[in-house]
Amino acid sequence: MIRFDNVAKRYPTGREGLAGVSLELKAGEMAFITGHSGAGKSTLLKLIGLLERATRGQVWVNERNLNKLRARDVPYHRREVGMIFQDHRLLHDRTVFDNIALPLVVAGMGHQEIQRRVRAALDKVGLLGKERSFPITLSGGEQQRVGIARALVSKPPVLLADEPTGNLDPDLSREIMELFVQFNQVGVTMLIATHDVALVERLGKRIIQLREGRILHDTGAAA
Amino acid sequence: MSRARRRGRGPGFRRNRNPLTWLLRHAQMSLSALGRLAGSPLSTAMTAAVIGIAIALPSGLYLLIDNVRQLTGNWDGGSSISLFLQQSLDEKQARAVRDLIAQRRDVAEARLITRKQALEEFRRRSGFGEALDLLDHNPLPAVVLVRPTRVNSSARATERLAETLKQYREIDLVRVDLQWVRRLEAITHTLERGVMILAGLLSAAVLLIVGNTIRLEIQGRHHEIEVIKLVGGTDAFIRRPFLYEGVWYGLLGALIAIGLVIGGLGLMQGPVQRLAGLYQSAFSLDILTSGTFLAVLAGGPMLGLGGAWLAVGRHLARIQPE
Repeated sequence: MIRFDNVAKRYPTGREGLAGVSLELKAGEMAFITGHSGAGKSTLLKLIGLLERATRGQVWVNERNLNKLRARDVPYHRREVGMIFQDHRLLHDRTVFDNIALPLVVAGMGHQEIQRRVRAALDKVGLLGKERSFPITLSGGEQQRVGIARALVSKPPVLLADEPTGNLDPDLSREIMELFVQFNQVGVTMLIATHDVALVERLGKRIIQLREGRILHDTGAAA
Repeated sequence: MSRARRRGRGPGFRRNRNPLTWLLRHAQMSLSALGRLAGSPLSTAMTAAVIGIAIALPSGLYLLIDNVRQLTGNWDGGSSISLFLQQSLDEKQARAVRDLIAQRRDVAEARLITRKQALEEFRRRSGFGEALDLLDHNPLPAVVLVRPTRVNSSARATERLAETLKQYREIDLVRVDLQWVRRLEAITHTLERGVMILAGLLSAAVLLIVGNTIRLEIQGRHHEIEVIKLVGGTDAFIRRPFLYEGVWYGLLGALIAIGLVIGGLGLMQGPVQRLAGLYQSAFSLDILTSGTFLAVLAGGPMLGLGGAWLAVGRHLARIQPE
């Protein structure tokens, strides 16, 4: 599902995000990327969501070579890759419902289908009944759930999360991670960047450890 | 899909091509753009008013000139030719001459003023009635007033017609009073050119006004645009609401412009009629029947769209999610 062939990313500032990474993530696999800040976790995810492009090497997602993807195809690629951020990236002048519906509206989905799907997504993250609220009135954990619902509402085959529990207390963090495990169980390929090694190790999933833009350790594909 | 695969880019993407959904989405977008404008009525009104004034100026002037131009063709006796017949002709012969000329294809009307009528009129208007009584015969010739057809009423065509009429034996003297027709034509041409330049400049101004307004709007919604790009919104999707806003600005401006023009020319109506009255003309400004308003109604939104395009093309590409 996701493949990196000796990928390097150097930013215009000269900073090196990735310095030659090769890895493969099979469809339906779940993996965590760990490492200190600046190790290249975010860069790796950004390359998959095409928020950045590789300066060397090739990135494959869903059988497509992202290097060869034209600019006009980028939006369609992003519809197949749900992204979750530490800072949620919600629109604060829109209701929870409208926030979650955005990927469907963008894809031109019909009104009724949107209603149905958004409700299903809200149900999955345990926020039914909050659709008329504005994000600002919700707690940090709830806002993160809105972000997660938005990422999964269009049922993308790949879900990326960049420090999704960065601002949450341990209990909430565990709940969120368990949510991700549930999604993975229904077949979504998941890649999660986090520095919360203790939490991740308990889940027994594949862990890819990065340091200075290289893979330091990879526990390999494990169920 | 197969095309993409053949080029080795992997499976192609599914794109929404249902025309009904597409149309519905456009309708929603245009309404929500209007709603957003209504959300800040004061600034919308001010922008629309500036656009309205910019459009009203050239279109109002154009209407005015258009009216004057029609006047050039219509002014009673405007491009008319006076044919003074030979003194020796009697009334019956004079009538025959008139009939002959009236049959010409380039003549719309030929009116005979017999010697007797001419005398009557002179007596009435000049105030030299008593002086005329001293003469033992009528010194005035019969006159045929010729009005060329509309297509032949320009200065040059009228002159050509006059040359031809000079050939008639029965005609003693041909007088064409063209000076003012020429002047009026020259003046309207000059003014027309001026209005064209003004219209060009003010159209550019409208483009810039709308462009700048939309640019500010884009900056204000920076975060929203980023998020939409993040969840897979195409450039066309992101562009659309801004383009619709431009169209609405243009349409509102056009409506304001039409209001201003009707109001302004309405205010001029009275003085113009008084002026025309001084020239024995029943001329009045023809405001409503002109195609100018249709042009304004179509042109306003187009300018708005153009201005929005300018802003959108330059600024949307710069916003990329991080």
